[in-house]
Amino acid sequence: MSVSVEQLSCQELVELVTSYLEGALTPDERASFEHHIETCMGCHEYVRQMRTTIELTGRLTTSDVSPEAEAKLLTVFRNWKLPR
Amino acid sequence: MIAALRARDERTFEQLMRMYNASLLRVALIYVASRAVAEDVVQETWIGVLNGIDRFEGRSSLKTWIFRILTNIAKTRGQREGRTVPFSALERPDAVPEAAVEADRFLPPDHERWPGHWASRPEPWPEERLLAAETRAVVEDAIDRLPPAQRAVISLRDIEGWSSDETRNALGVSETNQRVLLHRARSKVRQALEDYFSEAE
Repeated sequence: MSVSVEQLSCQELVELVTSYLEGALTPDERASFEHHIETCMGCHEYVRQMRTTIELTGRLTTSDVSPEAEAKLLTVFRNWKLPR
Repeated sequence: MIAALRARDERTFEQLMRMYNASLLRVALIYVASRAVAEDVVQETWIGVLNGIDRFEGRSSLKTWIFRILTNIAKTRGQREGRTVPFSALERPDAVPEAAVEADRFLPPDHERWPGHWASRPEPWPEERLLAAETRAVVEDAIDRLPPAQRAVISLRDIEGWSSDETRNALGVSETNQRVLLHRARSKVRQALEDYFSEAE
């Protein structure tokens, strides 16, 4: 374990993952984050799991709106269309 | 699309509806308690869109504009229902701290050698099960169980694939708060997956 790993604890790192993935860390924070995950197996795996989580969520599809609700809205549209 | 809608083109309206209805419903659920009321709010939103389209000036994107209409209607309905909690969920998500990973997974802060280091490290997930239908159900279920504001943000960002700007404009939240909500949502879904894989092994 290197010194830098001690600077940013694993418990702190897990709270920075989203900021890291969003590109919202300062260059210093980013450097220490990246150094940490290169040297810490637990955090390396954690970040990987977060990426997998995002990927799996991305495979879900939007739930369809009920046909009734859609029909109702089309009626709304047709009524709106009539008088200009 | 704006021009087509102004020209009363039904196809365009249908297309817009299919594109946004599910997201509108999720965002409405931040403010109102039941799905039935949320569906009402979505319908009122479309009426508002139709009534306002001739006056829409294009200062924001059509999408942002539609979601603003929704938010206004949903807020009013929520207030009528006496719900005030959701606002703090959007405006001060930090007010209630929430850990991405339970503290007991880490060594205590006074640990002599590795304070805050993993006490029980995350183990690699079984690759071959990632795409299984059951795993998908775990993700869906975890998202369903999220508080509404977190659920809306993760749905818009990670299911719909919206950018952070589009998402925070639609919800009317700051960039930081959008990120906090996203972080909490993703962290919980990850935790649900970890729990699922470790119990099944």
